[in-house]
Parts: sequence; C-alpha cells; structure tokens
Amino acid sequence: MTITVTLNGKRITDDVAPDLLLYDWLRQKGCLSVKCGCETTNCGLCTVHVDGKPTLSCAMLAVRADKKTVTTLEGLQEEAIEFGGFMADEGAEQCGFCNPGFIMNVLAMKEEPDVYTWTDRQIKEYLEGNLCRCTGYAGHLRAIRRYLAARQEGMK
Amino acid sequence: MFTAGNYVVAKSLEEAYQLNQKKTAGILGGMLWMRTGKRRYSTLIDLSALGLDGIKETENELVIGAMVPLRELETNETLRTYYGDAFLEAVRHIVGTQFRHMATVGGSLFGRYGFSDVATIFLALDCTVELYHAGEVPIETFLAQKPDRDVLVAVHLKKTPCKVCYQSQRITETDFPVLTCAVSRQESGWVFAIGARPSIAKRIENTLPYAPTAEEIAAFVAHADETLSFDSNMRGSEEYRRHLTRVFVRRAIGQLMEETR
Amino acid sequence: MKVVGKAYRKKDAMQLVTGKPVYTDDLKPNGCLVVKLLRSPHAHALVKEIKKDIALKVPGIVCILGWEDVPRTRFTLAGQTYPELSPYDHAILDQRLRCVGDPVAIVAGETEEAVDRAMKLIKVTYEELEPVLDYTKALDHPVVVHPEDDYQVLVPSINCDQKRNLITTEHFEHGDVEAQFKECTHIVEHTYHVRAVSQAMMETFRAYCYHDLYGRLVCVSSTQVPFHVRRVLSNALKLKKSDIRVIKPRIGGGFGAKQSVVCEMFPAVVTHLTGRPAEIIYTREESMTNGSPRHEMSVTVKLGCGDDGILKAMSMYTLSNGGAYAEHSPTTVGLSGHKGLSLYGTPKAYRFDYDVVYSNTMGTGAYRGYGATQGEYAVECAISELAEQAGFDPITFRKMNMVREGQIMPAYYGELCQSNALDRCLDRVCELIGWDEKYPAKRMENGKIRAVGVALAMQGSSISQVDEAAVELRLNEDGNYHMLVGSADMGTGSDTTLAQVAAEALECELDDIAVFGVDTDASPYDSGSYASSTAYLTGRAAYETAMELRKKMIHAAAGCLGIDEADVLFDGKTFSDESGLHSMTLRELGVHSLGGFSGRMLSASVSRVSPVSPPPFMAGAVEIEVDPETGKVEILQYKAAVDCGTVLNPNIARGQTEGGLVQGIGMTLFEDVQFTDKGKLRNNSFMQYKIPTRLDCGDLEVVFESSYEPEGPYGAKSIGEVVINTPAPALTNAIYNATGLRFYDLPIKAEQIALGLLHRDER
Repeated sequence: MTITVTLNGKRITDDVAPDLLLYDWLRQKGCLSVKCGCETTNCGLCTVHVDGKPTLSCAMLAVRADKKTVTTLEGLQEEAIEFGGFMADEGAEQCGFCNPGFIMNVLAMKEEPDVYTWTDRQIKEYLEGNLCRCTGYAGHLRAIRRYLAARQEGMK
Repeated sequence: MFTAGNYVVAKSLEEAYQLNQKKTAGILGGMLWMRTGKRRYSTLIDLSALGLDGIKETENELVIGAMVPLRELETNETLRTYYGDAFLEAVRHIVGTQFRHMATVGGSLFGRYGFSDVATIFLALDCTVELYHAGEVPIETFLAQKPDRDVLVAVHLKKTPCKVCYQSQRITETDFPVLTCAVSRQESGWVFAIGARPSIAKRIENTLPYAPTAEEIAAFVAHADETLSFDSNMRGSEEYRRHLTRVFVRRAIGQLMEETR
Repeated sequence: MKVVGKAYRKKDAMQLVTGKPVYTDDLKPNGCLVVKLLRSPHAHALVKEIKKDIALKVPGIVCILGWEDVPRTRFTLAGQTYPELSPYDHAILDQRLRCVGDPVAIVAGETEEAVDRAMKLIKVTYEELEPVLDYTKALDHPVVVHPEDDYQVLVPSINCDQKRNLITTEHFEHGDVEAQFKECTHIVEHTYHVRAVSQAMMETFRAYCYHDLYGRLVCVSSTQVPFHVRRVLSNALKLKKSDIRVIKPRIGGGFGAKQSVVCEMFPAVVTHLTGRPAEIIYTREESMTNGSPRHEMSVTVKLGCGDDGILKAMSMYTLSNGGAYAEHSPTTVGLSGHKGLSLYGTPKAYRFDYDVVYSNTMGTGAYRGYGATQGEYAVECAISELAEQAGFDPITFRKMNMVREGQIMPAYYGELCQSNALDRCLDRVCELIGWDEKYPAKRMENGKIRAVGVALAMQGSSISQVDEAAVELRLNEDGNYHMLVGSADMGTGSDTTLAQVAAEALECELDDIAVFGVDTDASPYDSGSYASSTAYLTGRAAYETAMELRKKMIHAAAGCLGIDEADVLFDGKTFSDESGLHSMTLRELGVHSLGGFSGRMLSASVSRVSPVSPPPFMAGAVEIEVDPETGKVEILQYKAAVDCGTVLNPNIARGQTEGGLVQGIGMTLFEDVQFTDKGKLRNNSFMQYKIPTRLDCGDLEVVFESSYEPEGPYGAKSIGEVVINTPAPALTNAIYNATGLRFYDLPIKAEQIALGLLHRDER
C-alpha cells in the first residue's frame, strides 16, 4: 500500500505491507535511534512523535502514518543536544538504550501548556510509560528540572 | 504480532460494518492489545476517517466517539466538569501517556477485557453504548455480551447529576489492576461497579438507600462482595479481591457522602 | 587530585543522548540472515524427529539446523576466567531438552517473514519425559537432568555429582559453631526465599556474525565478556581462538545477564556453516524465559548472641537452584555466605554449607549481587529480628557487631579488612532519614502507617587471584594518548572512569585520552565486566600502565635531552630538568618517538591480578507508608550511604547506586516470578513481569562515605553490585516495623500484608 509520510521534515512516499509496523518502517528508513524493548507496548523505547503526539511506533501500523508527520530523534538533533546535555551532566544516560524514546517523550512533555508549574509527581506521571533499568530514574528527574529551569530562564 | 492481508480506511460506518461481517476481518482501535495477538486478519478496518474521535455535548448527553483516545478522557474539561477527577483516576495508570494517546474508548470497551478500568468507570455511570447495527444498548448489557461483528460508534453519557469515586489496586503503578472499583451516587441511588475480579466489571446488587445511616453502610459493606463472583490469577487471590472490594466500597461511600454533605 | 573524583560527562554520553546508531543491531551488515530458534514446549523431553522438508521450501529459508546438524561439543556459557568452575553441560543444540524453551532448531533465512513462516511448518516429534520442577526435591531425584556421558567437570573440587543432580556442595566452618550456639541466650533461625528474578536490561540478548577478509569468524555481540565469548565460540565450534574475533559495541545494559554467552553460538554456527552473515535478536519473551536470571535460593540463617547483644555464632545453609544448566552455579552460591556472614565481625564461629542442584527450570546465571544479594537479605532480616529479641534497637545492635577496619574476616577467606567506613555509612543514613524520630513506626491520621527500616551490605572488588585485567596506553605524536581496554563499558561509564585514572597518573586532561574497546583482536586481555572488577581491577591496571608509560617517556626524554633520567621532571606537558635549561614538550617527545629518530614507539601495557577482593560497604535506610487495609507499600524515601573507597566519578557512582537501589526495590516488592505446573514461566513479558516504573521507587538520596583502599586505584573499590543488596532487607524490616508481620519470601506483595493483618486481627 502506498503511504506518504513527512518523516523528519522530508516527504517520503513508500510502498508498505498492511501489517508493517511503523517501528520497522522507521528503522528501514535509517531512523536507528528508534529502539524496541518489549514487543508488548510497555517500555516506551519506540516512542516517536506522530503529528506532534508521543506515540509507540511498535504499536502503530505504517499505513496509519499515511499523510501524517512523523518525527524521530534524528529529526530533533538540536533539541536532543540541548536536553541531552543535562542528561549527560547528571550521568543519567547510562546504557543509553532507552534514551531516544525517553527523550522523545520529554520533548513532547515540554510542549504541555503548564509544564513549568508541574510538580515532580506530574512529571513522573507523564513519563511513567518510559521504563529504564539502569538509572533508578533519579538522574532523569534532575536533568528535567535543570532543563526546564534553563528554558524558563531563556524565555525571560 | 498479528499479520494482515489488507487495510481499509472505512469511508462510512456502513462500509466498516459490511467489511467486518467477515469473521477474519478486524477493526483497529488503538491496536495496543491487538498487537500482542498472533491472529491472521484478512482485512483491517480503520475507523479514523469517520469523525469518531471527539467528545460532543448535547442537551442531555455527552457523546464520546469510539475513536476518542484515553488520553482525552483524562484531560477533557467537559468530563472534568461533570465527573471531577473520576476519569483521570480511572485511566492515569494505564501503561503510559503514549499508550493512552493511542488506545481508544471503543477498543477498550469492545474487547470486554477483564482488567478494563474504562469498562469499570462507564459501568458506574448512566450510559449506553451505541452500536451501528444494534443501536443503543445499556452499558451493563453491552459488557455482558460476547464481542460480535457489530461496530461500536460511541458511548452516550446521560447528564445525570452525580458524584463519582474511582479506586484501583495495582502491584506497580502502571500494571493491570488487581481490582477496580467505580462508585457513583446520584439521586436515583448508588451504583457500584467492580472490575478486574479478574473478569470484566459487574455491578454490585445495590441495597443501599441514597442517604444511608451508619448502620446501613456497615451492613452493606460487610456483604459488598457477596453478590459478585471473584477468582484468583497471577495478580491476586479471590480472597484478596473480596477483601479489597469491601475496603474500596466503604471508602467510596465515605468519600461520596463527604463530598455531597 | 585533578581528574579523579570529578563528575565528568561520560565520553560517549552525547552520542547516546542524540540516538546515534551505536548498538549491535544498528551496525549489522546488509544481507544479514535472520536467525530464530524453535523452542521446546516441554520442560523435559527428547527430540525424536525434526521434519523440516516443508519448512525448507519456504522461499528465503537458508538453513534449518537440528541437534544432529551442529557440532557436538559440550561447554559452558558462563563467562568466567580459568579455571572454569561451571561444568561443561551445554551444547549448541541437544537431543535432550531440559527446560521449557530449550532450543530445538535453528532457523535462518533472508527475511523475518520467511523465518516466521518456516518455524510454523517444522514438525517436531518429542518423547515427553517426567521433569523435576521443584528444586527442593531435585537432589537424588529419580529424574536426572544431565545423564549424558560427555558431561565434563573441569574443577573436581566443586564436588559435582551429575547423577544426583548435584552441581556443587561445600562445608565451611570456622570455630566451633555448635558450642557457641549453646552459650547463646538469644537465637533466631529462619529460611529466606529469593526467586529467579530477571535482569530485564532494556536491550535483549543479541549478536551477529560474519566472516572477515581472512575467513575468520567475527562476532559482534552485546556482551559484558568479549574474551569469554571468544572462548565459548571456540569451544562450541572447535575453532582456534586466533580464528575468532569478538567486538563489543555499546550495549543496552547487562547487570550480569550478558556475563553468560546466551545467544552468540546460534548466529555463529549459521555463519560457520553457511558463510553468510547472520544475526539473532532475542525477543523480550526469550530474554525472560531463556536468559540467565538470578539463582533462586533458599537461605537458612541461624544467628545467636548473649544478653550483651554480642554475636557468638552465625551459620548459613543455602540451597540454590541452578535450573537446567549450571552457568555460574558453583560461584554465585559462595557469595551468599562468604559475603553475607562477613558483615559481622564479632562472632567467634561461622559455618556455611551449601548445595546447588539441577532442575528442569530455566538455566540461571549472574545478576548484580551474584548470590550476596540473597545471603545478605537473609542475614540482615535475621539480624533485625535477633536485635529485637535481645532487646536492642537495630542500629545499636549493628554497631556493636558490624565488621570494622583492621579486622580479619574469617568467613571472607581470612582476608584483612583494609578499608571500611560502614560505621560512618550507618550513622549517615540514620541522620538523613531521621531514624531517631521515626523508628519504628507512626500511625497517620488517615490510618496509614509510616515506618523505617535499615540494612547493611557488602560485596567484593574483583575475584582475588582469578580475574585479570590489562590496559594498553600509547603516546601519539601530538602528545595525547590512546587507551585500549578489554573491559566492557555496558553503560556503566567505565571507559570514562578508567581514562580518569590514567589521566590523573599522566597529569593530563581527560580529553587527552581516547578510549578504545572492546575488540578481542586489539584490546588487551580482560576477564570482563563482572564481579565488581572494572573500577578496582582494570582501574588499577590503568594506573599501573600509566605509571609504566610515564617511566618510559621519562627515560626517552632523558635520552633526548641528554640528562640523567633521575633529573627529569614531568608535569604532564613538559619534560625538563630543575634548571629548566633542558626541556622538551610531550608533543615533541611524541613526534620523536614516531619519527624514526628513536625507533621506539612509546606504549605500555600492564596486566593486573588482585591478591585480595576488598569489600565495598553500604548502608541503606528506607521510609515507607503502608496502607494496612489494601496492603499497599509506598516508598517515601530511600537513603543510601556508600563506601566504595575513593569515588572516581561522583555522577557515575551515584547513577550506579540509584539504579541498583531501584532494581533491589523491584525484586522486593514487584518482580513475582511464577511458573505453571508444567514448568512454563508465566511472567514472560514486561506486561507480566513488572519492573519498577518511575512512580514506584520514592525519592532516592545517595551519599558517599569513603574509606581508602590501598590495593585500588587512588584508593577506589568497586560499586556496581553492592548497591542492589540493601533494599530487600531494609524494606522487609520496614514492613515489619509498620505492621508487625515478618516476611521470609520475596516479593512481599500488598496482598500478603493486607491478608496477614486481616487474619491476625481476626485471631
């Protein structure tokens, strides 16, 4: 089936099988940041943005991305460097395998209207679907706090 | 993961319904639970283009389209106005934000999943399920039926003034529930829905008056689990589920009496 | 110190956070065959026939291998140093299937679709056999898990008896334990049970193989033990080690799982037989059901003290379930007692006995903590119970009895404890959590109960006189360095901390050292990243290598400058004599060393074996809130104070600690390993096996109370494993303080607490 997707800013037309997962299609297209950790929609590693919304690419058919905008971490390198720097400064990346999916969800979270007023609990709830086995999540929260503070400072 | 031979974006409910009459066809909701299956589908039917993804308010009803994502249930202001945090409480534990952006109300209900928080909350409310072929069916009737070849179009919530309390017990915060409990209090009386028993949500046969005395509450709570069946599974025993039912029912009554004082 | 002790970013951090393709599956060559395994539905069976003719006709299928088609060799998958203690009981494929999921056939094809189709078309005839599923009944059971004749024990002293399902057994005693117990006025004895919890690293097992331009077998693997992968493949395929090259790219977590060579042999045998590149990626389900989880253990602890609260004797019996294969079975069990009992220095007598048995359950392996986790959980729960019985609070009791610096540790191979800040660690966590105000518990207005609990822990730092690590350093012509390592950075940041050690010794910036690893063709030998060895042992090798290179550089500079070696001063940038009249820069020396003037490229490599295994120590304190009606335990805060000697990089050490704590929390409260009565694992996915989310672990705070370990690099000890050991006992103790219920089995689920309280109140 033919699909036309705006992938990381580029319009791509492709012929795909009806049961091809968006995850597999993205990796075929060279978006190797997208990882798979569970196959049961529980881990969040495969998170990408579909029309701006954080989406599990392992649970979406490529055909359903037709006429949509799909963004992976490859398409958000500046943002990845900006937030990732705070992760690196906290040592919160560790093995790194869950980082792209996690960072994609953080980058979606930062667009939530009142995110700068959120409590730690609200941040954790937004990101609860991103599992990590290395860090104990504590470094993630420190990095997010510093990132949000720096962005808020930059807006002044 | 399932496999599929064909994928069709339905242009009308009639088309979706006709395609779905074939036993090997399947309607895509959010595809989250479907993805873990290993079935072979001849045709996958997508309802995305039918405008079923909104919550509409009419004079007497809130109409929740089948393709409304669960995330909308927790953020929608209209729902919050009528039901407070009940919907937020009901879905906030379901896997994660991304998951809830994708999972749909229709998919959650149509599967009649035992663990369903969504089925539990709707069962405590005055609502019907609109099916393309069968028309509007009371929620309790719908949940008791086996999945058939009909198409779920929407849920119609009657704007009956009520207070709702939602509770669930889970092993980790995003796990399937060990037990779910939704309780509503409206002028016509109380409704108690208990889910993840571990089978699908059912109502407790209610004997509690609108304004019960402390003795009436104690007597009701002590036997709250007795009209329902419970079972054991990986997440909990029958005994624990019965115990939790009594605890949650008592807490819900206390909270809702407090709120309407 | 200038570089050691600073919170540098990891050298690979920015590549990781920007999602660069640096993991195994990101790097595979085009045209890689897809390899999958057809697995046994039975816990114990013989393969009578594999009908593959129809499956072979599926377009794109390249080969289907059964047990008769692969080399018949026996080896162990345990990634361990010589002498290999784990018996040689594994085959690439075997006619006998010993657990649900044991591989029956290897299927390789051009596409995943083809392989999936073919898998469904293979018809296998099994002869089902009675399995032995209950490990407590496995010893001398009529069902023998490994009756085969080619079974091999390399180290007879493990006392293996395959016909009895006995992998290993031992008796250790120091002093007269029975005589000491007779003098005790207070004795506690219980059996504690820990399940076969899974490491659940985010990247499942995976590897790909291909032939290089010399026709040698190259294996790119997500592994902690590249050199042991080389040995295992050499054993499995009967290839010379010089004909195998193993490369470790970035790996998505290991925690011990990847200290076993779980999957590499499957693509290797496909490449070996077909000449084609081949890749295997375990599904999450395969990783859960046929990986290398923690050994399930029943640990029976007996402790005794007098009215003065001084311990007189400690004894332990551990029964460990090796499952279908013995990987790491003879070694993990030892830590349960040798570490668990060594937390306390006052007893006059110690006894430790153990048996490890085979059963028809999934094979086991190494998981962070490696047996110490199970043993210390038992000891630290029993200590709190004994303290109460003897009339002491758990903090005072621990302080009176804990192991101290300068003591000989009889149960720890008689080693001298040269560095120990455990007393400071305990004081610190008590202060941080507000122990005095909060112990034991407080009922809140809403009916919930807040309580605190504490536990101590220790581990080792490398395996003494067994593990070996080497580092190579080379001077480049522009005055910076290349460092080649053989130890595997698995997200732990060791590439960075090792470079910090070398940079400190060479008085250069961290950025002046480029780190390379691991490639068995280029890296110097390192037994691998396990047994808490990297920071301590490879770190010491990095230090000694740097000092050796310094010596060589000074010697060369003295020659260039025409002055005596003893007069050369080196500040990291310049070589000079005291007067400054003779001087040359490091860059000049670099050019000189490679310019054909001296004919002496400057490099050094020192390998290191440690005579001892200095324990890192820690104390953990937790505050919980229990809902006595639902039984739900909420962790409010967890305070950890760690003595890992000198902290090489505080960010990395803190991250290790926080991660270990949450894994410990997971095994204590959530990770509920269950089997069907046919021996099939029920928790075979992240949907059913619940690791903690970020909402399940409370607020963590980690501090360091450093001792100085003379054998370690700049005083450092290990940190990677000790950090997982305190949550199980600290939480169990806190739950007791909240509810009065003692639990002896993990995980402790809300149901057990709620029903425990309900039934107690009914009585």
